[in-house]
Amino acid sequence: MWNAGAATEGRPYSSARSANEMKVALFVTCLVDQMWTSIGVSSVAVLRRVGCKVEFDKRQTCCAQPAFNTGYLDEARVVARRFISIFEESKADAIVSPSGSCTAMVHHYPQLFAGDSEWLPRAQAIAARTHELSAFLVRVLGKEDVGASWKGRLTWHDACHGLRDLNLKSEPRTLIRNVRGAEFVELEYADACCGFGGTFSVKYPEISLAILDQKIDAIERAGVQAVVSGDASCLMQIGGRLSRKGSKVRVMHLAELLNESSQQ
Amino acid sequence: MNHLSSETFKENARAALADVQLRGALKNATSLFGERRKEAAASLPNWEELRTQARAIKDEVLSDLDRYLKEFVRNAESRGAVVHRARDAAEANSIICGLAKERNARVIVKSKSMTTEETHLNDALEAAGMQVVETDLGEYIIQLANEPPSHIIAPAIHKTRQQVSELFATELGMPPTDDIAQMTSTARATLRDRFAAADVGISGVNFAIAETGTLVIVENEGNIRLTTSLPRMHIAMMGIEKVIPRFADLDVFLKLLPRSGTGQRLTTYQSFITGTKRDAADEGPDELHIVLLDNGRSRMLAHPVTRQSLACIRCGACLNACPVYQQVGGHAYGSVYPGPIGAVITPQLMGIEKAAQLPFASSLCGACRDVCPVKIDIPQLLLHLRAEISPRKGSTAERLAFKVWAKVMTSPSLYKLSSIAGRILQHVMPISRAWTSGRDLRPIESKSFHDLWSND
Repeated sequence: MWNAGAATEGRPYSSARSANEMKVALFVTCLVDQMWTSIGVSSVAVLRRVGCKVEFDKRQTCCAQPAFNTGYLDEARVVARRFISIFEESKADAIVSPSGSCTAMVHHYPQLFAGDSEWLPRAQAIAARTHELSAFLVRVLGKEDVGASWKGRLTWHDACHGLRDLNLKSEPRTLIRNVRGAEFVELEYADACCGFGGTFSVKYPEISLAILDQKIDAIERAGVQAVVSGDASCLMQIGGRLSRKGSKVRVMHLAELLNESSQQ
Repeated sequence: MNHLSSETFKENARAALADVQLRGALKNATSLFGERRKEAAASLPNWEELRTQARAIKDEVLSDLDRYLKEFVRNAESRGAVVHRARDAAEANSIICGLAKERNARVIVKSKSMTTEETHLNDALEAAGMQVVETDLGEYIIQLANEPPSHIIAPAIHKTRQQVSELFATELGMPPTDDIAQMTSTARATLRDRFAAADVGISGVNFAIAETGTLVIVENEGNIRLTTSLPRMHIAMMGIEKVIPRFADLDVFLKLLPRSGTGQRLTTYQSFITGTKRDAADEGPDELHIVLLDNGRSRMLAHPVTRQSLACIRCGACLNACPVYQQVGGHAYGSVYPGPIGAVITPQLMGIEKAAQLPFASSLCGACRDVCPVKIDIPQLLLHLRAEISPRKGSTAERLAFKVWAKVMTSPSLYKLSSIAGRILQHVMPISRAWTSGRDLRPIESKSFHDLWSND
């Protein structure tokens, strides 16, 4: 743990690619669209703050993950083809999403269209352009500090697909550590699953809950005001249990945390 | 809770979750194994490289398994072993029962072998009138308790010290004790006597080396050494995927297996068995029989996606790392192969209809893939099996739901309509009672991001 504010004073913005040139197409995800719009609003604000031009195609819906993960590949392909067709029309330099899980799904599209000479190259092209928010900020733009500030003690939960499919480990932590006023502590077993797993939590709610309680115990031991993560799904799972237990710990998406400065 | 079925995984899991002792034992054991594995892997700077090499060797074998098996058989037989091929469990058991009967065997000692658990060999031998004694301490415990193993390398992982003490008091008549050393020495004394009386020793195999015909078996207790050297006949059963090309390949596998399994740098014993004794005056069995078991493996081999299931070296690391296994333990899976790799191979061995729930018993977190020493992409295999199962065997409601879902997600007007409907319906019907029994459900936003964007 350390106090991020003091450590990062005066650090120059590094820049892999000037954000001013970047046009970004936002894939907000169906979950954020319907259940947690402030994640989308915050993502847009943060991307604009670092100089990106953000567009949003209102025809977009879902990445197809629920069907893909439940074994309904025909249905998944129908929805994935539509995603590809819509985002192919965009002239944006990158497709950015505030979800490691949905981004990972788009990265799985080539697997879904293996052996399909028409759709495989299109899937590969879309996958290559699609980035999770923290990966886009740090890896593509080279922005490690987006000028956010939030006062309090917080921790980070590694959402599984972001961590293991996209290898996001240092990127979100770097961004969090550069939030002024935030005291970051590592969560015990930060990389352990929260038990959500999409339809898994519906098919096996009791096992899902038992796994979740390990995560809740670790969060309680960390003594934080907020737990931050990169996926709305994990945060709904964790937040739903914290709320049921009457905990004061709040759940916050990374985009929301990084947007915590315009208000201050 | 012995001999559960894979078909009732959901009920089995629910019962396991209610078993406080089981969950305590699981938590201790899986976290200890997990931590030790992590340290052991970190102690080798070239861990990732070793994993890549191990997988490459397995892929080399699996791409030409027939040739490597033939080479192994030729070399093993030239050193005096007799090799038998078994298409399925029944054939393997009948071969072994036949061999034991020829020897007029009354007492058989066995060392830990998942393959013989897979074929339920003990039941077959006992039905043929023979006494079978498991000599691995964990296996011995569960044999006394009449339970199947609940972990690939630690079969009695689900038992607490207290439970073992009670079991030994009932079955062996020893006074109840907290002292593990005392329990172990009681088991040892009982087992020594059986070793001395045994007519046949049956073992598994970790690696079978094609170029020399050598069987390699690793262990910590020394009972495998005794099982394979004391009785006059040694029978080894191995899955056909256990063959590796060269002796030198052990350099990779003997670094990965113990570290992944128990976090050890090396197991206490490594037994190398090449044929029978050269000279009648030498020590060791007169006869060595090797049973090559297929039992569905050729089917796995034939498919380009499922083939990698056969790269597994049965270290158990994925079990320890799996959040589902950590909560429900091995018995709930209703298979001798539990956990992530069990959820992959059980449906392929037993038939998908008998284990259709198992590939869904995963949050797809990917922790299993991270720890696998041979880099098996278990989540990919689970997804592959789900795609085999759902469209044919999913409930009518589920299949219909995904058809409707696909329509909604490809139509902006239906998507908007369902969003409005969702906002209204959430107030009059429980979305998912099971889900909300333990967690509060976040309400649907009054305005979607789509709505907000137009106001932007």
